[in-house]
Amino acid sequence: MSDRRGRSTSLTARGEPFQWLLGGALGLALAMIVGLLMLVLWQGSNAFWPRPLELIELRDGTRLLGIEVRREPMPGGEGMRRLLRVGNFDLYGEDFRWIAEEAIASTRFPADAWMVERMEWGPFIGFLIGLERDGTLAETDGDALAEAHREARRRLREIRRIERSEIGAINHELERLRLALRRSELRHGVDSLAHRAEEARIASESARLEERFAEWLRKAKALRESDSRERVVLADVVGRRISLPLSQVVRFVRPNDLSLAGKLEVYLDRWWEFLSADPREANSEGGVFPAIFGTAVMTILLAVLVAPFGVVTALYLREYARQGRMVSLVRISVNNLAGVPSIVYGVFGLGFFAYLVGGTIDAWFFPERLPSPTFGSGGLLWASLTLALLTVPVVIVATEEALAAVPRSMREGSLACGASKWQTIRNIVLPRAMPGILTGLILAMARGAGEVAPLMLVGVVKLAPELPIDGNFPYLHLDRSFMHLGFHIFDLGFQSRNSEAAKPMVFVTALLLLAFVFAINLVAILVRARMKRRFAGSRF
Amino acid sequence: MNALASNASVSTAYHPRQGGHGQVLRIENFSLWYGSQQALYEVSLDIERGLVTALIGPSGCGKSTLLRSLNRMNDLVDGVRTSGRILFDGRDIHAPGTDVIELRKRMGMVFQKPNPFPMSIFDNVCYALRVDGVRKRAVLEEVVEKSLRAAALWDEVKDRLEDNALALSGGQQQRLCIARAIANEPEVLLMDEPCSALDPIATAKIEELIDRLAGRFTIVIVTHNMQQAARVSHNTAFMYLGRLIEYGDTETVFTVPRVEQTQEYITGRFG
Ligand SMILES: Nc1ncnc2c1ncn2[C@@H]1O[C@H](COP(=O)(O)OP(=O)(O)OP(=O)(O)O)[C@@H](O)[C@H]1O
Ligand SMILES: [Mg+2]
Repeated sequence: MSDRRGRSTSLTARGEPFQWLLGGALGLALAMIVGLLMLVLWQGSNAFWPRPLELIELRDGTRLLGIEVRREPMPGGEGMRRLLRVGNFDLYGEDFRWIAEEAIASTRFPADAWMVERMEWGPFIGFLIGLERDGTLAETDGDALAEAHREARRRLREIRRIERSEIGAINHELERLRLALRRSELRHGVDSLAHRAEEARIASESARLEERFAEWLRKAKALRESDSRERVVLADVVGRRISLPLSQVVRFVRPNDLSLAGKLEVYLDRWWEFLSADPREANSEGGVFPAIFGTAVMTILLAVLVAPFGVVTALYLREYARQGRMVSLVRISVNNLAGVPSIVYGVFGLGFFAYLVGGTIDAWFFPERLPSPTFGSGGLLWASLTLALLTVPVVIVATEEALAAVPRSMREGSLACGASKWQTIRNIVLPRAMPGILTGLILAMARGAGEVAPLMLVGVVKLAPELPIDGNFPYLHLDRSFMHLGFHIFDLGFQSRNSEAAKPMVFVTALLLLAFVFAINLVAILVRARMKRRFAGSRF
Repeated sequence: MNALASNASVSTAYHPRQGGHGQVLRIENFSLWYGSQQALYEVSLDIERGLVTALIGPSGCGKSTLLRSLNRMNDLVDGVRTSGRILFDGRDIHAPGTDVIELRKRMGMVFQKPNPFPMSIFDNVCYALRVDGVRKRAVLEEVVEKSLRAAALWDEVKDRLEDNALALSGGQQQRLCIARAIANEPEVLLMDEPCSALDPIATAKIEELIDRLAGRFTIVIVTHNMQQAARVSHNTAFMYLGRLIEYGDTETVFTVPRVEQTQEYITGRFG
């Protein structure tokens, strides 16, 4: 008794050091997560803010106009250097220039410097000379330019509409006829009478279509020609002139002359373009709408596919299968499935779904399109199925837990009322387990939405010519390849010609993807909370 | 079989009151094992149609097990084995080809702890009818009112039938469960300590209810409350360690029991 009091408590018996250790670890983990989020948030939300154009005169008389991207110490030497985005890729063959600071004679921010965002060649940075209509050059001011620009953009939209909807639809029809012809050839044989008749019918129909096609084409061409007669003339900092059709300009910005409100307007306008427009310039400019759309459609399809699989499997495992070694084995396998690297799923999806299943489908149902594959290569359906496979463990585990959490007394109450097992499951167990099941499902969606590696193999492409849903029958095109935000990030950051120019887009897209996944998770939390409240009642 | 025979050395003191309508349930030499542990030993018991039969005995003696055997609720428990027979209307409920669902429809059950479903009061009461395929709103409404009135709950909930049943108090929940159990007009009502979670007023209401239901239904009730057993039942079965010790008309069991163990339990000297 007496010597026990004298002994000091050993380190392991005292909790504090471990508490500090654990707290420290937690702090570190949090710091890393917050750091990552802050970086993406800061860079992403900054990317579209209009930045001043700097006119730099070097000691040797060279003049440069551009946006300062960053400043860093000279490699190996003293002093600093700056990276200047000078734009005008068509004139200079490069977008960026390094400038040693000691070579700079003077800098200023001319109010009349323009940043002209174009459909091609990236931004033009320089000065506005005037508008050229039918070969005559006239000076212009900001308002007149804006007015003319709006009009030109409207014209371009109309041309686009014609090219896409009208000509696209005729193209679609022609393709359909070509396939019908091929089908009849496969069915009846090349020299059979039936095929001849079909051939004649199709020929007359396609002739009619071709005529309409040519007509629209003429119309579009005429419009384009008249459109290109209105040109804007620009000059770079040393006075080299270029001219381009006014409609090819996305946006005129005079950043040095903008008020805060004006800057905000440009900022929001750029965001809107980003969210709603198609990408340009190898994805490094323009919008990401097809990628947003593709990601959303794929995620929804994934949920539609994974929900029945996962829930039915879990129901069987938990409610019907005899609990024994076999079921335990299946359970362990399912849990391990969640740990398989996702690229492995991609390889499986490509080999099994696309090549084997898809190839068979093509051979049976679409022989007329061969050798070009329909379902025999990656596409929306295979990508969603692959991701469904990848995320099904999440759903199974969540559903099983939710089912196990349904109190036994509920089931007994239902059975004692004379309900069958299935009625009990449907009326009592499933509704009760629904919050858990839905949470699992939404978490699976979040996981699937952020996945990239397997998608690269089974249907995601850098640039998809068409959206997976459009106005042509059957509206939802499961066989089409599509764009995806995650892959878009990868493509921008590591595959683009000009990674420096694409960098802001990488961050913005990452921000968007994070927001997407975050929103899905938020929905999961809300659903859970809502449904929990429904089941929580007072007891006694 | 030999081991079984040696366990069956109890002989039950047997003097039940006859209801005049014959037996609705006959339990013959019924034994039950949870895995390797035996919970019931050769229980034989006839339950008279239209009467209230009380099952009493110390905790763990197998009352719930016996009650749950009557509508085959123990099927849900893994590793349960039985021997002997239980006849319901003369037919063996364990015979192959027995429709368990039909059996349970004919026997309502009220559990020890109230277990309303997480749905509206209305849906709770007509659950048995709904799973039976009744869809007509008028029929359902009538049954709900009748059952809730019978369970002495109507006045308290008639204005909030669409509220979630989980929002009711414990006693109300238990009466709701009774209403649910009698909604489909079962022949037998099995009640496992229906009043253990209730206050005296709610208990009185339920006892009154049992009084009123007796005659229309056959009721088997498990209770730890001696006064309650004495008040509501016609016959009482006393069980001890999985065996049926005495089964007789309630008055005799409570005043001049034939077996000393019964006497000791009733007077509170053990259990
Ligand atoms: N699901 C089960 N699995 C294994 N043993 C069980 C199970 N249910 C009951 N038992 C055992 O069977 C015996 C009888 O239990 P039972 O629940 O029938 O007692 P009871 O008389 O209802 O007791 P109480 O008055 O406390 O409710 C007990 O020894 C108990 O441990
Ligand atoms: Mg019990």
